[in-house]
Amino acid sequence: MGEFISTMLGYGFMRNAFLAGIMVSIVCGVIGTLVVLNKIVFLSGGIAHAAYGGVGLAFYLGIDPVIGAISFSLISSLIMGLVQRKTRQRADTLIGVLWAVGMALGVIFINLSPGYKPDLMSYLFGSILAVSKLDIWLMFGVAILVLILVTVFYKWFLAISFDETFARIRNIPVDLIYMLMITLIGLTVVVAMRVVGLIMIIALLTIPPAIANLFSKSMWKIMLIAAFLSILFTTTGLILSYTLNLTSGATIILLAGAVYIITFIVQSIWRKLRATT
Amino acid sequence: MHNKIDYIEPIISLKGVWAGYDEDLILEDVNFDMYPGDYIGLIGPNGGGKTTLIRVILGLIKPMRGKVSVFGRSAQAGRRFIGYVPQVPSEDKDFPASVWDVVRMGRLESRLFKHNGNTEDDAIIEEKLRWVGLWDLRKKAVGELSGGQRQRVHIARALATEPAILLLDEPTASVDIEASGNIYELLRQLNDKVSILLISHDMTAISAYVKTIGCVNRRLIYNREKEVTADMLAQGYECPIDLIAHGVPHRVLPVHHHGD
Repeated sequence: MGEFISTMLGYGFMRNAFLAGIMVSIVCGVIGTLVVLNKIVFLSGGIAHAAYGGVGLAFYLGIDPVIGAISFSLISSLIMGLVQRKTRQRADTLIGVLWAVGMALGVIFINLSPGYKPDLMSYLFGSILAVSKLDIWLMFGVAILVLILVTVFYKWFLAISFDETFARIRNIPVDLIYMLMITLIGLTVVVAMRVVGLIMIIALLTIPPAIANLFSKSMWKIMLIAAFLSILFTTTGLILSYTLNLTSGATIILLAGAVYIITFIVQSIWRKLRATT
Repeated sequence: MHNKIDYIEPIISLKGVWAGYDEDLILEDVNFDMYPGDYIGLIGPNGGGKTTLIRVILGLIKPMRGKVSVFGRSAQAGRRFIGYVPQVPSEDKDFPASVWDVVRMGRLESRLFKHNGNTEDDAIIEEKLRWVGLWDLRKKAVGELSGGQRQRVHIARALATEPAILLLDEPTASVDIEASGNIYELLRQLNDKVSILLISHDMTAISAYVKTIGCVNRRLIYNREKEVTADMLAQGYECPIDLIAHGVPHRVLPVHHHGD
């Protein structure tokens, strides 16, 4: 076992992969908790998929896809955030449209790009084994930024998640805090893209907080537990995918999903048993 | 110059207020004054503009016409003196927050950091939790509480803002009859310290506890009276019908004078 691990960690790309998994897990645990509590899972899915447009545009322009993804992701977060806030009835329709249009733009830009098209599937389904030094630094930066901002604004994030109207009456800058949250989701999407891919980000954002919410009734504890669970899923998933020769992103998500379903079933049975005795 | 003894300013004042959303007019020519010490119950049917009235007073929507003032200021500037108790939503059952966490939100303000720190806040939170009788449950998650207890958490949170006015939206909507009596009794006691305005469709309950009663259904009828007046009935609004259908407690209807 020890030998197996040392062989695995002997590869530089494996060390990077574990490091990336840990940092993205911390970010997803914290931001995912806000996503779940504010019930903006669909909005987050929209941001993640629209970011593909940025990847396509970057290829077309010949720049780093991460830069394309960041700019597209931030712009689409701001647009979707405003749509969610300002249009009462049609918000989910509009977000669905932006979701699809972003992806379609990505595909068309890639069609238009001349010459060799590298492995674009990696952006959709993740390629944690291919993370670069630059990616690691970006993840580190986003993780620090998220931790600082969420710590500083924790009380306000909690307040708008629980009861936005009350927060507004207390003259808290509700709209600003909301847009800050959406922007952080945009950044989270970009760093999580390398680990599980744009399509499956939504799972990494929602599953760990959902499990954590079964065990804890405090927002910061849920963030902590979610980050820890996420680290568990990414590292275990990575080891599994390495030994079984499977796609890492999908393995991580399946593992997380399986644990969620099992926890959910065990908890409901336990609750029923407790109710009857 | 100002003689305060014979001239008391209203703490909430609506003058000729028309309000609604887009083309949809919901409140029409509403005039309303509330004074210190008042305990007013406004009744009205669902869809009669109760929530819109609250949103106007809290400065959450601008009236189309007319003037709203809270403590002589605009609604947005005056609302910090109002402790708002929303209709308790059933969704907050799963929300990960303890009773203490929720009441603590009452101490939030537009500044993120305060000079005098948390100890003063903690003392205020403890006091309000004791007032509503939830001190022993402070560490419980809100989701584990009964409807009546959750309503008390929201009242404590509103009180933690140290308000001059308590504004309640359907305070007993998700509460059984016994618990709702307890809540009105609690509010009656709190009325020694704060003015209270509550809005509900359930008039049979509120009429026994409030000092004065009014009626809102598109227009607002309020004459600082204890009883539902013939005037309210005569206007042909839905609320008196609602009232009759629910069985009218004798305290609400005007006393009938034989031989008049």
